[in-house]
Amino acid sequence: MNIIWNFPLLTIVLSLFSGPLCMMLSAKAAKNYTIAYESLLVGMTGCVLGYTLKTGTAFTYTMGEFPAPWGNEIRAGCLEALIALLFSVVLLCSVTAGYHFVRKDIDDSKINLYFSLLNLLTAALMALTWTNDVFTGYVFLEILTLVSCGILIVREIGRTTLAAVRYMILNLMGSGMFLMSVVLLYDISGHLLMVPMRQSLAQIAQDPASIPAISMAVGIMTIGIAIKSGLFPFYFWMPDTYGRATPTSGAVLSSLVSKAYIFLLFKIFYRAVGIDVIRKTPILQILFVLGICGMIVGSVSALRASNINRMIAFSSAAQIGYIYMGIGIGTVAGFAAALFQIFAHALTKSLLFVTSPYLAQVSGDSLKFKALQGSAQRDPLAGRMFTVGALSMIGIPIFAGFSAKLMFGQAVVLGGVKWKTLVVLAALGISSVLNAIYFIRTLIRIFFEPDSQGKTSKRARPVRDKSRRGYLLAGMVLTILNMFLGLFSWVISDVIYRGLGMFL
Amino acid sequence: MKEEFRSWIMGESDPMEELLDFSQENDLNREERRKLTVEKLRVLQEDPDEQQKVARVRGRFTRFYYLVAVLSCVFLSCVLLFSISMLPQYGEENPRTTEVKDRYIEKGVEETGAVNVVSGMILDYRAFDTLGESHVLFTALICVMILLRIDRKNQRTGYEDYYTIRSDVYYDLSKDSILCTMSRVLLPAIVLYGIYILLNGQNSPGGGFSAGAVLGAGMILFSAAFGMQTADRFFTMKACKVTIFVSLAFYSFAKGYVFFMGANGFENHIPKGTPGAILSGGMILPLDIAVGCVVSVTMFGFYSLFRRGSIGMDVDYAHYSSKPGKAKGGRQV
Repeated sequence: MNIIWNFPLLTIVLSLFSGPLCMMLSAKAAKNYTIAYESLLVGMTGCVLGYTLKTGTAFTYTMGEFPAPWGNEIRAGCLEALIALLFSVVLLCSVTAGYHFVRKDIDDSKINLYFSLLNLLTAALMALTWTNDVFTGYVFLEILTLVSCGILIVREIGRTTLAAVRYMILNLMGSGMFLMSVVLLYDISGHLLMVPMRQSLAQIAQDPASIPAISMAVGIMTIGIAIKSGLFPFYFWMPDTYGRATPTSGAVLSSLVSKAYIFLLFKIFYRAVGIDVIRKTPILQILFVLGICGMIVGSVSALRASNINRMIAFSSAAQIGYIYMGIGIGTVAGFAAALFQIFAHALTKSLLFVTSPYLAQVSGDSLKFKALQGSAQRDPLAGRMFTVGALSMIGIPIFAGFSAKLMFGQAVVLGGVKWKTLVVLAALGISSVLNAIYFIRTLIRIFFEPDSQGKTSKRARPVRDKSRRGYLLAGMVLTILNMFLGLFSWVISDVIYRGLGMFL
Repeated sequence: MKEEFRSWIMGESDPMEELLDFSQENDLNREERRKLTVEKLRVLQEDPDEQQKVARVRGRFTRFYYLVAVLSCVFLSCVLLFSISMLPQYGEENPRTTEVKDRYIEKGVEETGAVNVVSGMILDYRAFDTLGESHVLFTALICVMILLRIDRKNQRTGYEDYYTIRSDVYYDLSKDSILCTMSRVLLPAIVLYGIYILLNGQNSPGGGFSAGAVLGAGMILFSAAFGMQTADRFFTMKACKVTIFVSLAFYSFAKGYVFFMGANGFENHIPKGTPGAILSGGMILPLDIAVGCVVSVTMFGFYSLFRRGSIGMDVDYAHYSSKPGKAKGGRQV
């Protein structure tokens, strides 16, 4: 028993403890505490990743004295550790980069409550990453649902409340479906822990008469998660939810919360139900088709948006589509590409969401494209950060988005069903072109001022205070990680493959 | 064509302008748009043709909406009923699928020290889930506090004075002699009953969640019968925060300790006690008390926030009031 074995437990329990603690602190203390704690979290998850890579095996950690089928347990392999590391890094960067707007958007008396919610969100993300139990997944899914509405309404403008109500109704529908499905799966298999559930289901699935019940249960769960993470046709809540929240919340919601749901689904497919049982059902095919639709429809919606945050949010819908398409391919390479896309998208989208309000700040606080013209000249730093994000989203080499698209292409070309190959390649092409159209248009707009009228040339300067240094630092970290993923994608994909090897 | 493309790129024109976009909260043209809306409404009110058209479209949409809603509900119900018909029969004995519940029922008392198997299950076997569940309530309280606690952003000027502070005077039920007398009789019973199920959760049905609900209901009855001011004397924002913090911190650390000791194979030194006694079930009793505190405080907090936008008198209403002559600048908590 190594000391590092306790780190997954610590990440969950300490995050849960930090929630009530931040409620007791003042706003500034809560912020400093949260940043310090997230840094500690990066260290702990990094240690777990290093340890699992070194030993080459995953470890299970019994929660209490009762062993597997009776008590809870959590499990850490290098894939879980990598995801947890990604979550903590992006959380740290979003909180640091968006603090200026947290202070601006949120009433002073509620900033500590906001950080309290962020810590609970961390706990839920960590628990969903490490858990080895379907019902624990549901409990922390519920926390995540409530927290994501909380960090949305905290801005207290009418539209965020409206968006939060809609988001909550859809999210609760998703949670309800997930719970129903957990009940059905428990009834069929008699287990809640993932590994015993898979063994039990594998035995039951030998009888073909049981397949409809299993596929119904898993199907309901998949729909629930698809609603929560915003797969086509459930993507319409995204622009209001992501685009109107305070930038930190927008970044966290779009790049982490939806990914945590998808990772849980992934775990259920692979570990709780078993991919062989899933392949006997039509679920993967449905996800594949919906993912492709999402890629196209999300991009078209983004093209029609006239406001930068709506555009970024709709492009999230397209990127979520990529992930589901990868899952739908059904091969191990497809899963690995989907996981890589999770990394690429989380790093890029958080950068874009914390950058766009800085561009708006020098454009009279308006997010409309018309007002944003030339904003990159007024705030060169934000302009550069936005360029990095946009190029990565389009899929230009040396950025993460390119490697993700390459992996999707490789996954279908080097193996997999024939008809899917053509569809995936076509969809990748169309979606990339659409991405390029709206992101390059945005880049041109923010870099060049129209020379005709003199009224837009009022030279608003960016606000230079202490939080700008945080933005610079966080933006640099996200950029470097993004380029690392683009240039050395084999490092991450190697870890992903090793993680998939020890995933079961 | 070339000219159009150039102007699109340069943002001088946008063919898709306003096609999907909703209003932006910081928009400069807000006033103009409001005028437009008012104008549209005026036209609508005066023009019967327009009204008919709107009514027709709305009626068509409503019918379509109901149809789709009913069809999808029926479809989902059929699907669920169909899948339920294929579930294993009730009472079917399959050793693989019943091993978990068999162990809970057969060995639960011996292993957890709690006669109430449900308590043993949620607070011992599967304590990790309950650790999350107790924080769900806390999360809900934070969300409600964010939404309803009065601050500079969500105040409606001239509205709080009437509906919140003065509601205690206008709708003060403490003058109601029936409610007062009945509460005097009922309250001790409710509180005693709550404490009983709180302390006896390991031996009989009950436990932290249900006891917290009973105690919270008792507190709500108390403040309704004897006035919010009376409740404010002991239940302030600070008391609420401290209670929740101490309970949840205790919960996290107690369970963290048990998880840590269990996983590392150490003895956790928590005596199980004799099943059936008050002090039995190991950590179950203290955890129940912690959960009970959180639940009751949260319930009362919800009531207080919904009724007047604060817990205790932590918000200086005069500060947010729009009435002239009131003091500016209030204390902050």
